[in-house]
Amino acid sequence: MSLVDWVSEPVNWVFSAIALAVLFSGFRVVTSQNLVHAALFLVGTLGGTAALFLMLSAEFVAWVLVLVYIGAVVVLFLFGIMITRAPTGLDVGLDADERLVPAILSAAVFVMLAWASVDAFGLREIATTGTATSTEVIGESLLGRFVVPFEVVSFVLLAALIGGITIARRDLTPVEEQERLSV
Amino acid sequence: MLLNQFLILAAALFAFGVYGLLVRRNIVLILLSVELMLNAVNINLVAFESVLATSQAVGQVFAIFVITVAAAEVGIGLAIVLLIFRNRKSANVDELSLMRW
Repeated sequence: MSLVDWVSEPVNWVFSAIALAVLFSGFRVVTSQNLVHAALFLVGTLGGTAALFLMLSAEFVAWVLVLVYIGAVVVLFLFGIMITRAPTGLDVGLDADERLVPAILSAAVFVMLAWASVDAFGLREIATTGTATSTEVIGESLLGRFVVPFEVVSFVLLAALIGGITIARRDLTPVEEQERLSV
Repeated sequence: MLLNQFLILAAALFAFGVYGLLVRRNIVLILLSVELMLNAVNINLVAFESVLATSQAVGQVFAIFVITVAAAEVGIGLAIVLLIFRNRKSANVDELSLMRW
């Protein structure tokens, strides 16, 4: 498959547009000098990823990503940001002074991963059948072959819930404890 | 569509996550970078699933597990950040030198 063939497929135009949006917002997540903007750029990355999942006929995972990540995780991040700092202007000193070594390291990680995947899969194509993976298949898989990991993960969520409350709860001072008991 | 166009995009996102993890000083931004890396892994899993087309959608199920664990991680992580901020009045990792020798 030559480059001309690749460009002539309309599905690849869609992919290129989404990929550019995902890469741009991903880049801004790690470079933005405003905490709130960084969290909001993560929404762009995740939304683009959900669109890619739709292109890969993974409908259920795409909507799970939108619901759980954009709906819950990003909101949680915004809560965390709002609580841990008062003004919402430009934040100075969000990055460490040493940036060259991390940049070289991450470029090396990218080159290594990209080289490995090109070396292993070359021009292997994804068949676009146009039929989405039905939620029924995923549900049967979750409650059939993967039922034990599924239960373990639900226990992890419960533990995280209780742990989060226990960690973040402010302990009452002895005076407040007395006041609470006397009411 | 080639498989590699998805894999290389995921590799680039993962590299951004690595960069953010190493460069950022604020704990919340470090957690954001971890989310980027987990997201790159999800892209890989779903792309491999659509190539292999397993009968039980194994790749997508694993992506769902990754999303679930990431949600739990964010919840606990932000609770810890909140506690650190309450005690130290700062959310920067280089100022948390209490246990540094």
